Amino acid sequence: MSHIYLDHAATTPLHESVQEQMTSVMQNHFGNPSSIHFFGRDSRKLLDQARTTIAKSINAPFTSLIFTSGGTEANNLAIFGSAYANEQYGRHIITTQIEHHAVLHPCERLESEGFDVTYLPVDETGQVDLNQLKEALRDDTILVTIMSVNNEVGVIQPIQEIGELLEEHQAVFHTDAVQAYGVQQIDVQEMKVDLLTASSHKIYGPKGVGFLYKHEKHHLKQQVFGGEQERKWRSGTENTLAIAGFEQAVKVLMEERESRNTHYQALFNELIAQLEKQEMEFSINGDLNNRVSNIVNISFPKTEVEMFLTNLDLAGIAVSSGSACTAGSIDPSHVLKAMYGEEDERLYNSIRFSFGIHNTLDEMKQVAEKIQPIVERLKSLS
Amino acid sequence: MEDRSNIRVVVGMSGGVDSSVTALLLKQQGYDVVGIFMKNWDDTDEFGVCTATQDYEDVARVCNQLDIPYYSVNFESKYWDKVFQYFLDEYKAGRTPNPDVMCNKEIKFKAFLDHAVGLGADYLATGHYAQVREKDGQVEMLRGVDDNKDQTYFLNQISKDILPKIMFPLGGLAKREVREIAEEHDLATASKKDSTGICFIGERNFKEFLSEYLPAQPGEMQTLSGEVKGRHDGLMYYTIGQRQGLGIGGSGDPWFVVGKNLTDNVLYVEQGFHHEALYSDELLAVDVNWLVDRDLTQPLKCTAKFRYRQKDSGVTVHVNEDGTANVIFDEPQRAITPGQAVVFYEGDVCLGGGTIDEVYREQQPLSHLG
Repeated sequence: MSHIYLDHAATTPLHESVQEQMTSVMQNHFGNPSSIHFFGRDSRKLLDQARTTIAKSINAPFTSLIFTSGGTEANNLAIFGSAYANEQYGRHIITTQIEHHAVLHPCERLESEGFDVTYLPVDETGQVDLNQLKEALRDDTILVTIMSVNNEVGVIQPIQEIGELLEEHQAVFHTDAVQAYGVQQIDVQEMKVDLLTASSHKIYGPKGVGFLYKHEKHHLKQQVFGGEQERKWRSGTENTLAIAGFEQAVKVLMEERESRNTHYQALFNELIAQLEKQEMEFSINGDLNNRVSNIVNISFPKTEVEMFLTNLDLAGIAVSSGSACTAGSIDPSHVLKAMYGEEDERLYNSIRFSFGIHNTLDEMKQVAEKIQPIVERLKSLS
Repeated sequence: MEDRSNIRVVVGMSGGVDSSVTALLLKQQGYDVVGIFMKNWDDTDEFGVCTATQDYEDVARVCNQLDIPYYSVNFESKYWDKVFQYFLDEYKAGRTPNPDVMCNKEIKFKAFLDHAVGLGADYLATGHYAQVREKDGQVEMLRGVDDNKDQTYFLNQISKDILPKIMFPLGGLAKREVREIAEEHDLATASKKDSTGICFIGERNFKEFLSEYLPAQPGEMQTLSGEVKGRHDGLMYYTIGQRQGLGIGGSGDPWFVVGKNLTDNVLYVEQGFHHEALYSDELLAVDVNWLVDRDLTQPLKCTAKFRYRQKDSGVTVHVNEDGTANVIFDEPQRAITPGQAVVFYEGDVCLGGGTIDEVYREQQPLSHLG
């Protein structure tokens, strides 16, 4: 059976040129970048190159990147690091109800430590309301963390407007840009963000590496202690191999981002057209006019998501929904819950499709054709 | 070998050795096997540890060894409504429920079967020690060949109509053989301990568990003639025929629970394993389910089990017009317990069963049973 992968928001395969680059690094460079000898300098050179390329990709200075083990660690460092560093100015944090768990769970943890956290609601389209943010801001607000692009529905948040709004406020502004980096041009100066998270494996780079951009005027409380790496913001021998792979993925991304977006949009259009052709009942969750090209979340009335996903996998189609809960079962999406309320049936019948560079228009046709009988069967059972 | 690759069998996998071997045998027979883990209960503790997570990991390991896909389905809310609520209600009513029977009826062979059908399954398989056999165009359920492990007692309430869709690949094996097969194939669960007790209680203390959900009302322990023998911790903690945990000292034969008075919150105790208050000769079964097509207008001579792993006893079943059944025993029986199942057999064929509702001696209800 052929398998069709439509879960690129979960992770992407390694780009071919990344595989080549990493193979070469694996074979030729092993030194510890902190060592003072030839082997150390050799690796340090790779690391500096990568830092230069990646910093440039977000219009940030060379010294502003902190490499981490990925998006989750970068988010943890941003949230715990800035909360603990700024405690003397207040203990209030603002975030949204639709953040990734790598943001929500650190916030909940801080709440249990006595911090006060406001979880901003979103409207039916998944948008944060700037006026509500203004109202929530207080003199003791020390951190605002709002994602650039939602990972489940692909809705874009007005990061630059929020950045401008916060310019005159003491609060540090962090954005989780893990889903945005691969499809949006990121310019930390223009966006006026103080902290920004990105991850390698969402952009055809290796797993296990990401970064936190940190504006030089801000301080963080170190979270991982040890050596002097990453200017002491994150101790531990640098993962040179993965960072070099990350760099290569970024190089290709900078060249291809536009054409990828065109491709993703064509895939999206084709999938919707093919689903319509199959005369299926469905609706798109989120905002058609304010979404990224590679993520679409679709509700299929009268289906049940757990059974739907299993059926799709058995038919060779890899998609996802909500977030995995304990023991492989699925929790209703907290994102859809924030958009539609607790009771809405879309919480229980929605599927996320996320496109990638290797997907073809013909695959969209195959997907629609395979979904049709499954939806029919599930509707007959409901 | 016959090509079975187009026949999809969904296997209910618990992470135990029985369901692991079930999947293995079906895979060897060439079926399109899909493993599904049912999450029915969440016991996540303060450290975030949940039995279901560990069990699911075992399912994943075994399915990867067998190279079959595996998934999970969440029946927590259905399980709570249909099984756990019944379990609590029965205890509240002073009876001794059998949640495994209810779980098979409502979850494994109803909700889970529906789920399997939704996945395009031709058959549902589980690791129960029971057998299905087609005879004269009818599918019957038979005891598992391992006498000590036969689980038809717990399956008596499943619907006859679904038997053609069910497979019990372990029914012809002894438990020892199942372990051997698991070891031979080095399955990740080969040496995993069998789960004991009621699934949602697990290894925890039963009394403690129950007290989290039902308020315990301590009261008096009395003989049937009204002599106070001590205090009990709450009627729900005791079952008919029980000897342990009464704490009555003195000389003579040991003391046993012989009944409960819910109205006055009294636990009846008497001396001697064979005390006559424990004996009865007839019961009324409700929720009677038949797994065979029979003329039930005539009294039916067959054998019956009144508890799991008990030997069969001869009975005559009189089915009433409302579907309930009076079951008359060939010999008086000890400690028949309301709430437990009575299951009927003819040879190795399981005919069906019901829930014990009333118990009689010489046509008089044993009112002291509660």
